[in-house]
Amino acid sequence: MPQPLTRHRETASQTGGPYVHIGCIPTFAGLEGVYPEDLGKRAIEEGAKGEIIEISGEVFDGTGWALRDAMIESWQADAEGRYPGQEGADPKVNGFCRFAADKDTGLFTLRTVKPGRAGGQAPHIALWIAARGINVGLQTRIYFDDEDNAGDPVLSRIEQKNRASTLIAKKDGASRYRFDIKLQGEGETVFLDM
Amino acid sequence: MSGTLIPRDRTAHPEPYDPGYKTSVVRSPRNALLSLDATVTENTGPTFGHDLIGPLDNNLILNFTQGKAPAVGERIRMHGRVIDETGRAVPNTLVEIWQANAGGRYRHIRDTYFAPLDPNFGGCGRTLTDDEGYYEFLTIRPGAYPWPNRGNDWRPMHIHVSVFGSGFGQRLITQMYFQGDPLIDLCPIAHTVKDRGQLDSLVAPLDMAGSRPMDYLAYKFDIVLRGRRQTMFENRPEGL
Repeated sequence: MPQPLTRHRETASQTGGPYVHIGCIPTFAGLEGVYPEDLGKRAIEEGAKGEIIEISGEVFDGTGWALRDAMIESWQADAEGRYPGQEGADPKVNGFCRFAADKDTGLFTLRTVKPGRAGGQAPHIALWIAARGINVGLQTRIYFDDEDNAGDPVLSRIEQKNRASTLIAKKDGASRYRFDIKLQGEGETVFLDM
Repeated sequence: MSGTLIPRDRTAHPEPYDPGYKTSVVRSPRNALLSLDATVTENTGPTFGHDLIGPLDNNLILNFTQGKAPAVGERIRMHGRVIDETGRAVPNTLVEIWQANAGGRYRHIRDTYFAPLDPNFGGCGRTLTDDEGYYEFLTIRPGAYPWPNRGNDWRPMHIHVSVFGSGFGQRLITQMYFQGDPLIDLCPIAHTVKDRGQLDSLVAPLDMAGSRPMDYLAYKFDIVLRGRRQTMFENRPEGL
């Protein structure tokens, strides 16, 4: 017998369930008064440097129906490509934001600053999606169709180049972008294991 | 915390597609995940300070009424430690929980189960782990509840748990079950975890030593997050 590897296994994931908002976005669940405000309510504070943008979209299931109960978290760098906590990072950029698909329409909106290049990567925002029916939180990224995405290490690793476009938000107005997420089927979003 | 995250061992987790849990059928990707080494984006993550946490945030018995009236149910302390795969403590990390009340009813606009709401129970709590990775909550034991899956499915008693870790790539949501609950073995959500040892790791044992006489029982729930490589051979183009 060789020496044992003293590694623990990661705790198994379970679905966030339909009531994930109670714990993560209580006011969305109709639960007021426990906390002063929901955690991660804003990606940026007033005065953040850079271009302020709005990204909207829907999360579609395999039948084309938009999820009304998805919870999404985002994490990103500031306009100069620095993450909160790194030296020189913009103190007005929280980097982290939590938002929900609308309970009637399924539309979500993220208001934030457009991130800069970080670590040789094209500007991007990391997403993590939890919902009923999703057993392990889904990782993906938002890139931008008006940025130079050539040479990005993630996009360039996608073998089927026709799928790379599923990670690229489309400009649909001044400082506005559209980013839909397809969990399954035609046009399925590329999900990451990073 | 520095160092690149160790790639996730996906065998520790459920498969996305599990027809026993019906909603997963249309909400699971059909294509394989794209695996890459974590970048600065995954290795960094939000941090939360103690100024975020109110004095009753980890006390679900009292936090909905801000201490004015206690919730009804079996008083319990849920406590444990957050470590990573390498055994290191994960200090100062945010742990959030949410749950139904003693009758299995959630305080959520979408829950229409006819078990009544408890006017003194909200169902959410949060805390930061201490320097050694320990956390605790005071709450009431949630009831089982029925859900529309197969004809007569009931969720075991459970508390949802969300943990951040020190990098966005460590993000984890899971559920804690209670030792001895016979509904665990009937539950298609619990059984999305096929590895019995991994499922057993979601079951909190009764912990009499952590309980307080004449006040509350305790259940211990330890959590393991992804670890980080601690090698001196990072970032060399030749690979060593």
